[in-house]
Amino acid sequence: MGRYVARRLLQMIPVFIGATLLIFLMVNVMGDPVAGLCGERACDPATAAQLKREFGLDKPLWQQYATYMGNLFTGDFGTAFNGQKVTELMGTAFPVTVRLTIVAILFEILIGVSLGVLTGMRRGRPVDTGVLLATLVVISVPTFVTGLLLQLLLGIKWQWISPSVRYGSYDELIVPGLVLASVSLAYVTRLTRTSIAENKRADYVRTAIAKGLPRRRVVVRHLLRNSLIPVVTFIGADVGALMGGAIVTERIFNIHGVGFQLYQGILRQNTQTVVGFVTVLVLVFLVANLLVDLLYAVLDPRIRYA
Amino acid sequence: MGGVARARWTACALAAGLLAAGLLATGCGDSAGFGGAGVLTSSWGDPQNPLEPANTNEVQGGKVLDMIFRGLKKYDPRTGKAQNWLARSIDTTDSRNFTIRVKDGWTFSNGEKVTARSFVDAWNYGASLRNNQKNAYFFAYIDGYDKVHPDTGAQSADTLSGLKVTGPLTFTVRLNQKFSSFPDTLGYAAFAPLPRAFFTDHAAWLKKPVGNGPYRIESYARGSAMNLRRWDGYPGPDRARNLGVTLLVYTDSNTAYTDVLAGNLDLVDDVPATQLKNVRTDLNGRYINTPAGILQTLAFPYYDPRWNTSGARKVRTGLSMAINRRQITETIFRGTRTPATDWTSPVLGTAGGYKPGLCGHACDYDPVQARKLIQEGGGIPGGRLKITYNADTGSHKQWVDAVCNSINNALGDDKACVGNPVGTFADFRNQIGQHKMTGPFRAGWQMDYPLIQNFLQPLYYTGASSNDGKWSDKQFDRLVDRANAETGQAAAVRLFQQAEEVVRDNMAAIPLWYQNGSAGYTSRLSHVALDPFSVPVYNEIKVG
Repeated sequence: MGRYVARRLLQMIPVFIGATLLIFLMVNVMGDPVAGLCGERACDPATAAQLKREFGLDKPLWQQYATYMGNLFTGDFGTAFNGQKVTELMGTAFPVTVRLTIVAILFEILIGVSLGVLTGMRRGRPVDTGVLLATLVVISVPTFVTGLLLQLLLGIKWQWISPSVRYGSYDELIVPGLVLASVSLAYVTRLTRTSIAENKRADYVRTAIAKGLPRRRVVVRHLLRNSLIPVVTFIGADVGALMGGAIVTERIFNIHGVGFQLYQGILRQNTQTVVGFVTVLVLVFLVANLLVDLLYAVLDPRIRYA
Repeated sequence: MGGVARARWTACALAAGLLAAGLLATGCGDSAGFGGAGVLTSSWGDPQNPLEPANTNEVQGGKVLDMIFRGLKKYDPRTGKAQNWLARSIDTTDSRNFTIRVKDGWTFSNGEKVTARSFVDAWNYGASLRNNQKNAYFFAYIDGYDKVHPDTGAQSADTLSGLKVTGPLTFTVRLNQKFSSFPDTLGYAAFAPLPRAFFTDHAAWLKKPVGNGPYRIESYARGSAMNLRRWDGYPGPDRARNLGVTLLVYTDSNTAYTDVLAGNLDLVDDVPATQLKNVRTDLNGRYINTPAGILQTLAFPYYDPRWNTSGARKVRTGLSMAINRRQITETIFRGTRTPATDWTSPVLGTAGGYKPGLCGHACDYDPVQARKLIQEGGGIPGGRLKITYNADTGSHKQWVDAVCNSINNALGDDKACVGNPVGTFADFRNQIGQHKMTGPFRAGWQMDYPLIQNFLQPLYYTGASSNDGKWSDKQFDRLVDRANAETGQAAAVRLFQQAEEVVRDNMAAIPLWYQNGSAGYTSRLSHVALDPFSVPVYNEIKVG
């Protein structure tokens, strides 16, 4: 087990370097960012040259990358064009996004898995068809439509919530979290349903019922535990996707999180911001994947890592 | 609100109880200072550059500077006229050497006196190459600028030789050329005075800037909010009529607008184009739409020889006539833009040089004449018109497509003109800077100060800072030089208008429309107005 984790951690290093290099190249391909800093006019050449020197943009690309990675290991993520430390930006953006992601994941687990079990146990009944139809609708409607509609109805028409997030506290993030989770939630429901329906006819379930175990125990301990493997995989991968891909939701609800900072960083071609944030997101993805793999062992004793 | 607030608290307490797992603060309860009695909340965008007077070149940063600084001159929010503010007098006999006397009794909000040195130090800082100030070129008229800010190589001086402190409240300015309107440019934020703290503890000053305006900054959370409070010791005549302003950064202007509808935000100063259709009914008429000193034009690449011929001049005039400005401003912009009939802006007023109709027939929609002129001029260079624009902000795509449709309809050829989007603003500026344009490109000009000079010289003078198309005309240059040397305003304006006629006869750039500023607000506020820079006149707003 320990050796397996160590091996996985070592495998992360090339993935990490590859991903950051790719992002670095992509942002650099967009061209010289300094030109966008002087409004609707050309920067004077002397100032532009000096800004490039200060941000290290005058050096060859490999050297920029090497310097950047070197600084990264000392915890220096560089500075954004407005003079703000990228670490400071992260300090404000990540906590909000983490909270939003937690809310979204909770919705996925609580609602998605419960609905999945409910429909999986009652395959073909009206309730099953109804939920299936509902998930289809949720999957096919784009996030921004759901977001704007909820904002309009709950925020302006009925005044139940404030239409925008101001402090990024959990209570404010309930509706945005639901919007962010909606598509994944539908997938979790469908995955759980299929998985449960398949395993319902498995031998070990029949054995458990024959032993005279109470129905609840059969469902929760035997059936669900085995059926959750694909769902856990999906949710684990979704953690990273939610953190980096909340851009639409974050813009609609005025959440100054990772998605918004990335968006602004890309618009302003701020290499330091974009690469810094993506680096952290890559780490989140890798760690989430590792945790998912380790959870398999917990869920299914047959899977053991030597 | 009481019930809502309580419900929120309950939810907050629940959330905190459930989820405050040590690591994650819930951010509850910290609502001090957002709005409140006598304080208004207003939408904001994250300033792109550090908040220094000579480093701020966009509206969002300018908004703050406008509240916390007062300079030698101030532009009247209604007429745009430059009035003496901290200047007791600015005298010259030759339009080149100026003696400036500063009023006594002004201080910064930290108690330090505003003296002649506060200005001279600030200007020297702004001009010096080593400080990376993006508005340094504003000091280019002052003698010695080429020493502190050379085009290449290291600076050979730290201070401008043209600036001399001659007394506690007097200093002299020597320019490197005659520039009679120089005093009227001094209302621009780059010329604001700076306290010693700016130089002695720069990092701390940037975290919480200190100025001498009607507001002082109480707290500043970078990238999210800034709390400004009325400064009670402010000696000027334009004291704030509210207790303060809280600027809140919004991810999207649509969200800010939604918040105003819900009564969550008091003022949004950029109503999104998509909302303009219903804005009057949505806000019960609490919507203002006033001219701002912004002109959208199509510029041309004169470094491309195909555009630099006498035939191409006819083609450009023809293209101008092929654009149905009225229809585009009504359908796409719903009256927040006005078809342009000259190369300046209505905010200048006729005394300041705005001359409606100066463009004449060349700016009227006349498809028949347009087709004729383009044919006479040898057709569109390269056979097809590509209008380049940046697609990341604004509604540029919509209007460029509309302009192209208009041209295609006039020419009876639906392949004559296409839009050529560029992903980001920086990339767009890069391509312009590297002379990669093959056809017309979007050029927006937001005035720095309300002078006709500012609409012509930076854009069309040979080698000027914003002459992106590299247009050059000796006659135009001569007229501008003469206008700058002229001491009387009326005579100077007349000469500038003659120069503008040269721009017209060559159709150096096609004027499209004058842009308005728009704002919507809640019933809590009254006396809301926008100045000619499309910034709300915060100190005049009354709350409650």
